[in-house]
Amino acid sequence: MDKLHLDQHISHQFNLELEEIRNKVLKMGGLVEQQVANGLSALLEADGELGALVAQNDFEVNALEVEIDEECTHVLARRQPAASDLRLIVTVIKVITDLERVGDEAEKLGRFSVDLLASSEEMPGYRKDLRHLGELVRSMLGDALDAFARLDVDAAIRTAARDDDVNREYETLERLLATHLVEDPRQVSKLFKITWCARALERIGDHSVNICEYVVYLVKGRDIRHTSFDKVRSEFL
Amino acid sequence: MSIVADDILHRPRHLDMPLKDDATDAFERLTGTVGDVTADDPKMRTANVDVFYGAKQAIHDVSLDIGNNEVIAMIGPSGCGKSTFLRCLNRMNDTIPSCRVTGSMSLDGEDLYGAELDPVLLRARVGMVFQKPNPFAKSIYDNVAYGPRIHGLASNRAELDDIVVDSLKKAGLHDEVKDRFEAPGTSLSGGQQQRLCIARTIAVSPEVILMDEPCSALDPIATARIEELIDELRQNYAIAIVTHSMQQAARVSQRTAYFHLGKLVEVGDTNQVFTNPRHELTENYITGRFG
Repeated sequence: MDKLHLDQHISHQFNLELEEIRNKVLKMGGLVEQQVANGLSALLEADGELGALVAQNDFEVNALEVEIDEECTHVLARRQPAASDLRLIVTVIKVITDLERVGDEAEKLGRFSVDLLASSEEMPGYRKDLRHLGELVRSMLGDALDAFARLDVDAAIRTAARDDDVNREYETLERLLATHLVEDPRQVSKLFKITWCARALERIGDHSVNICEYVVYLVKGRDIRHTSFDKVRSEFL
Repeated sequence: MSIVADDILHRPRHLDMPLKDDATDAFERLTGTVGDVTADDPKMRTANVDVFYGAKQAIHDVSLDIGNNEVIAMIGPSGCGKSTFLRCLNRMNDTIPSCRVTGSMSLDGEDLYGAELDPVLLRARVGMVFQKPNPFAKSIYDNVAYGPRIHGLASNRAELDDIVVDSLKKAGLHDEVKDRFEAPGTSLSGGQQQRLCIARTIAVSPEVILMDEPCSALDPIATARIEELIDELRQNYAIAIVTHSMQQAARVSQRTAYFHLGKLVEVGDTNQVFTNPRHELTENYITGRFG
């Protein structure tokens, strides 16, 4: 049961409703990816204008979440979906919650990049580390959404496994920032903001893992949350 | 300004959606039943059952247990053999001359089709409720008392009264009819008539209750009452229900069996069948897909 066959219901209208929901989730995913890319770019290029725009655009992500949620509720009420249709709706409701939170993290990147511009000093030491962490989570998010779009369990599991790298990078960066803070307490405000940016990126990695786990549930009907990766790998790869 | 936005938004993200296998292929590839056909505490067991109407085979090699204190729902498209199978369980098909049943069916280990088994007594032990409520053209009291009378279950009027009252209570009908036992059964509403038929079935102390679309002629409120009753009856009986309503199967049963063109395709825990069916044909049916 690896494919959804959304176009095969006897009810043509039901096909359209599910397809519409799926398309909106992909649209929301694209929007969130763009927000993360722009937020990161604003932070790294010290582009206050772009940062403000990211913060301002978060409402679009929120509006899509509300809209998709409502459509899912309608399908539950009117169609009583079962089996893969039910799993699709449950998965979508969960995926959009995580996407909305990724949107919030992107908004934070935007806001902090504006704030950081206001503080005079540069942040030379961290740009490279933040860029590296940012690229890692951006590719994770993109791959998680691809896995959702293609119902690709292998890709979902491999993508989720990359969160270890993200966590390692984040911890390294956190240590550096803590040391810096001890050495130069006058920069506390700025260093905290950089820490929060790093934290926001790390959280995007976590949300991407969640999306990957929902993909496995959608395709295989198995809930792998809170299961060790070794066990998941041995079962599905 | 936005560095990669266009690339991200326009990256193709299409579902890999090949044409589904033709349903007849899936059916032809069907070798046996998917899932566990046995019950933890079996009341009735059937193995390798074939049923023929003349030369036409209606059931192919079905094996399925019906467990104590559980409701098993049998679902499937029209003509899939679910009602035929249900009717074999209390030898209702004996009344059809061209019908031939092979394979083994037993109740508590006793062969249903054995020479020593009296089908009339069997039908008291394995009761049946039909699609359309079919009360006898008698009073409410006599409808329920009919079975106990012919089976000699009561030695005097007081005992018979007890059985009638008790059966009506178990069927959730007593409060509504206690003041008019002598009114004709046919004077009741459709939902009440169906509960009267259930009371009539219960009155002979059956061990198994078979239900063939018991709610298809009832409105949603009467249906909800019957479903609530089915859940209560489960404490004391083994119940098998044939239904066209998948939501009903999902609501009332603990196990679900999916029949297709005379074969038993899949049996499983109802939660599993309705969230993650293992066979493509089951999936297609319960999600309303072509097939």
